[in-house]
Amino acid sequence: MGNGRHAFKILTIFNLARVFSFITHVKHFFTILSHEIRMLLVSPSTYIAAVLFLSVMGFFFTSMLDYYSTAAQETTPAVFFFQYFCVPVLFMVPLLTMKSIAEERRLGTLETLLTTPVSTVEVVLGKFFAAYFLYMALWACTGGLFYILYRFDARFIDIGPLVGGYIFIAISGLMFVAIGIFASSLSRNQAVAGIISFTLLFGLIVGLSVLANVTLLQNEVMKPVKTAVGYAQVFHHLADFSHGVVDTRQVLFYVSGTVLALIFSIFTVEVKLLHS
Amino acid sequence: MSDEVTPPPAIEVQNLVKSYAGVPAVSDVSFTVQRGEIIGFLGPNGAGKSTTMRILTGFLPATSGVVNLCGVPVATEPDAIKHLIGYMPENNPLPEDMRVSEYLHYRGRLKEIPRRKLNDRLEEVLELCDLKRVRHRIIGKLSKGFRQRVGIAEAVLAEPPVIIMDEPTIGLDPHQILIVRDLIASLRGRMTVLISSHILPEIEVTCDRVIIINQGRIVATGTPNELRREILGHTAYQLEIAGEIAALSALLSQIEPTLVITKQGETDAGGFRTLHLTTESDEPLGEELLRVLTNDSRFRLRGLARERPTLEDVFLAATRRTWEMVDTPSKS
Repeated sequence: MGNGRHAFKILTIFNLARVFSFITHVKHFFTILSHEIRMLLVSPSTYIAAVLFLSVMGFFFTSMLDYYSTAAQETTPAVFFFQYFCVPVLFMVPLLTMKSIAEERRLGTLETLLTTPVSTVEVVLGKFFAAYFLYMALWACTGGLFYILYRFDARFIDIGPLVGGYIFIAISGLMFVAIGIFASSLSRNQAVAGIISFTLLFGLIVGLSVLANVTLLQNEVMKPVKTAVGYAQVFHHLADFSHGVVDTRQVLFYVSGTVLALIFSIFTVEVKLLHS
Repeated sequence: MSDEVTPPPAIEVQNLVKSYAGVPAVSDVSFTVQRGEIIGFLGPNGAGKSTTMRILTGFLPATSGVVNLCGVPVATEPDAIKHLIGYMPENNPLPEDMRVSEYLHYRGRLKEIPRRKLNDRLEEVLELCDLKRVRHRIIGKLSKGFRQRVGIAEAVLAEPPVIIMDEPTIGLDPHQILIVRDLIASLRGRMTVLISSHILPEIEVTCDRVIIINQGRIVATGTPNELRREILGHTAYQLEIAGEIAALSALLSQIEPTLVITKQGETDAGGFRTLHLTTESDEPLGEELLRVLTNDSRFRLRGLARERPTLEDVFLAATRRTWEMVDTPSKS
């Protein structure tokens, strides 16, 4: 009896210690997150990126309206609009993420940061979610475009594809930003990190859709590869989401891609410390 | 109970080895630092100072050897170690686009200072480092002296038992060096401080003990006075004297057998010349010399001084000694 109670007590203390350490980790994460968001919000490059992003999206939107005004279309404006998502993604994500780890390493502040009681995981996650927050905030601004359209003529707004499109942006954004963070962890030079991130994103979004049509893959032997490439078609995912189909396999694709990219970033930061 | 009476030393390093891709940066370094001591870490460039300091902070893993801070092993408990140290790396990296108080506040949060205490502690540290005037300035626009003080403020912020600073006074003007030196001295007794430096007088004034490291090995360790004796092996005196110098040697050996004249200067207009004497004895001989020489009618004494070799001499002698040690086996 007494023994059992003793064991229970030890277990409770053990769990309390774990819970406590978990809480301090979460606290550090939020400290870093709020710091990173703040630093992004005071940095001029963020506003330059935001202005460019909104002008590009505004341009697409007006040209789309132009198109709709000339002839009736089968698809709703939302489907049409989100098809251009890759243009801002390819430029915005590198701009928002290239600075995050590369700059800290170049200045040497990564060293002081990691000698405080924070872990690499908290640092990378904090930077990731800060960049993701900003990415989503910028996309949220495009909601204004649809609001104008709604005030102009509510018939154009089909709520399904619109919500589906934003869900797609939110879920795929996780992976794109994670790839940007990974690229930033590879180099101490911001420009190099930006270019790596652009290349990886281009390969993922455009490269894979080109690869799917390569004749080599039509061969029977290459069928597994063809299937794999078929799953990783970002444009197909977008089409599904826009039609209101949320496929868990696709969600899993982005979530696991995010986790993988973040794990690689954490490893890269740690490995570079070991060999510094 | 007996454990509490003698707490473990602040820093304990045993047989520390670190090599980069097979090239040894630190080889077999061992030393112990007691709590509350201020230790100077001296060495030429590339001697392994920064590497050793980075290993102490847990930032770099060692190739082999044991490092304990306050009894906590660095290798297996890096999280606990991070609570025990305040670290200022070489060149003092700081974020360029933050304000001083913002930066220190952020650091305080990361170092787990409770929110209630943080503001009071910030005020204290700003006062201690004389940063109140610049608390709202952007760090990137501060002068080097202020930046350096921001780095020190950051290191002492959480009141850790061990503070490690890599070249805290590099690139400062003499006035700023004085301020930083006072700042470090004000930590004496409360915190263990390990600083590295090239500036020898600096170390001599501030530090209780000096560790001289060269080519990854400890060459000498001790208080500046011990080092002088150990490395140079003699005490020196300087005389300004007129009279029959030839008769002086016999007189000197009566006072102390090992006392000899090593150098004679030119005779000046008044017949005085400067003599350098050395002895292996540690006893102070000044009074005795003065008494014997003034009582002797053959000599007229104008000046007597004990020569204090600077730490610089010690440092040069010590590092020369290692180079000889390292070079000899490679030639054979």
